[in-house]
Amino acid sequence: MSKEVVITFMLVLFVLHQDFWFRDDATLILGILPIGLAYHMAFTALAATAWLVIVRFAWPKYLEEEENEGNEQ
Amino acid sequence: MTQALIVVVYLILLLVLGYISSRLFRGNSNDYFVASRSIGPLVLFMSIFGTTMTAFAMVGSTGESYRVGIATYGKVASSSALIHSACFFLVGLPLWALGKRNGFHTQIEFFRARFESSNLGYLLFPILVGLIIPYLLVGLMGAGSVMQGVTRGAFPEIFTSTGGAVPPWLTMLVISCVVLYYIFAGGVRSAAWANTFQTCVFIVMGFIAFVTISSKMGGMQAASAMADPGKAVRAGNLTEMQFLSYCFIPLSVGMFPHLFQNCLTAKSAKSFRLTLVAHPIAIMITWIPCILIGLWATGAVMPDGMTPVIPEGTSPNAVLGMMVGKLATPIIGGLVTAGIMAAIMSSLDSQFVAVGTMFTKDIVVHFFGVDRFSEKQKVLLARVFICTIVFVTYLFTLAEPRSVFSLGIWCFSGFAGLFPLVFAAIYWRRATKVGAYAAVIGSAITWFILFRNSDYGANGSYLVGGVMPVAVIFLTCAICMVVVSLFTLAPSQDTLDKFFKRKP
Repeated sequence: MSKEVVITFMLVLFVLHQDFWFRDDATLILGILPIGLAYHMAFTALAATAWLVIVRFAWPKYLEEEENEGNEQ
Repeated sequence: MTQALIVVVYLILLLVLGYISSRLFRGNSNDYFVASRSIGPLVLFMSIFGTTMTAFAMVGSTGESYRVGIATYGKVASSSALIHSACFFLVGLPLWALGKRNGFHTQIEFFRARFESSNLGYLLFPILVGLIIPYLLVGLMGAGSVMQGVTRGAFPEIFTSTGGAVPPWLTMLVISCVVLYYIFAGGVRSAAWANTFQTCVFIVMGFIAFVTISSKMGGMQAASAMADPGKAVRAGNLTEMQFLSYCFIPLSVGMFPHLFQNCLTAKSAKSFRLTLVAHPIAIMITWIPCILIGLWATGAVMPDGMTPVIPEGTSPNAVLGMMVGKLATPIIGGLVTAGIMAAIMSSLDSQFVAVGTMFTKDIVVHFFGVDRFSEKQKVLLARVFICTIVFVTYLFTLAEPRSVFSLGIWCFSGFAGLFPLVFAAIYWRRATKVGAYAAVIGSAITWFILFRNSDYGANGSYLVGGVMPVAVIFLTCAICMVVVSLFTLAPSQDTLDKFFKRKP
């Protein structure tokens, strides 16, 4: 996965965080969670997923080399 | 009485943990300061997460949610879920690699080497320590407020001036002594172990508080229905520009000296993987119960159906303690209070160790030379300096109290404002020594002017042109760094080879 894809991913998440769409909506999801709060909980889960993808597919190669060098030493 | 006893038992447990980790202490400064770079993924995650969650996250978030509603989560917590991990990835990992390769123990050692300037360290040291003091204050004040809230009426004959509650000065004194004991026993290794234990405790206890309070209020649906609907939305509580500019605040983790030190303890780069993924979820698990308790507090009434649980004019710092104290049984109240103390102490310990390390490595050893003091003397010097800073902080806590949330935001604004310095140091070959001086001085002056204009944090709604002060401090730092670097002499080739050996 290229660095450009990771940056784009992060920018999209940043825009999604701004949440203009629920700013004045007081609906309670399941009668408990205000929709604005539920949205940001979903956003948090999405952020964790994004980091899982990055860790899995875009882990910096120089760190692996660094560790290999350290082990050889 | 029961609540206080449970907290005392918990503190004794921590002392025992400190004693056990002291048996593993190898007696040298490398082990004391960076745990011999041996910490694995789970302890690293728990340690970093525990360090970032303090009174700000529990006491402050509940109070702020009570004050301005659910927007509190979006403006700080969900942005942190994205940005904290980004900081660990973009800053923490490269610094870990550079620290391991060059033997750095502190941020200042890194900046001195990267910018080829010994004096830069002497400039940065008072600024970083000065910014940590309000962070320590946040922790101690939060502990004092919560303990006072939950023990109200428990000791009417001993503490008459506080209505029978344990006074904040006593809680703060005891908490400071316990944390000092266990970090003195084993340094950063002891702090990492204690953080792991305490992170588990505060997550579990936060959940218990949430369930107990909602049950007492007739269930979660009933509690949410009673809450002020005006606090269930962002509109009217926070402007769009405020919300946007709050996103600068989580960048502070890239400049926290104690997190830098935590990152250096990692055994390998792979140790960071769990932290990157689990940190956002852990933030959600910790913050959501507090935000909902704060929201519910806006409409919560006592069983008589008339008396509000939180009387009008109550300090936001006291909201969590009062909700727990009035709506939970004494045993649950005690367990939850112990959990809150755990969150607070898990940050204080790393901060104490970091200021001690910086003083020893960056001032004493740097000035007098590495062979001037023995390993034991270096550890002793760190301990003496930590005690001095704790004493100074303790004196500040006795002055007029500020909102935990507001004080935390000012502290984070200072660190976040310096983020361009560390980012340029890692990624921009053209960043120069003079540019670094300009960035540090520019952001420090801007921070101080704005802090003074906010009446030293007393005005919690202070904005600059509609945006959070942190945005102005950050831009000042970035502009100073870029403009001055472009007009001054580039770093030597030796330095560039050392720091840009591989593309981070």
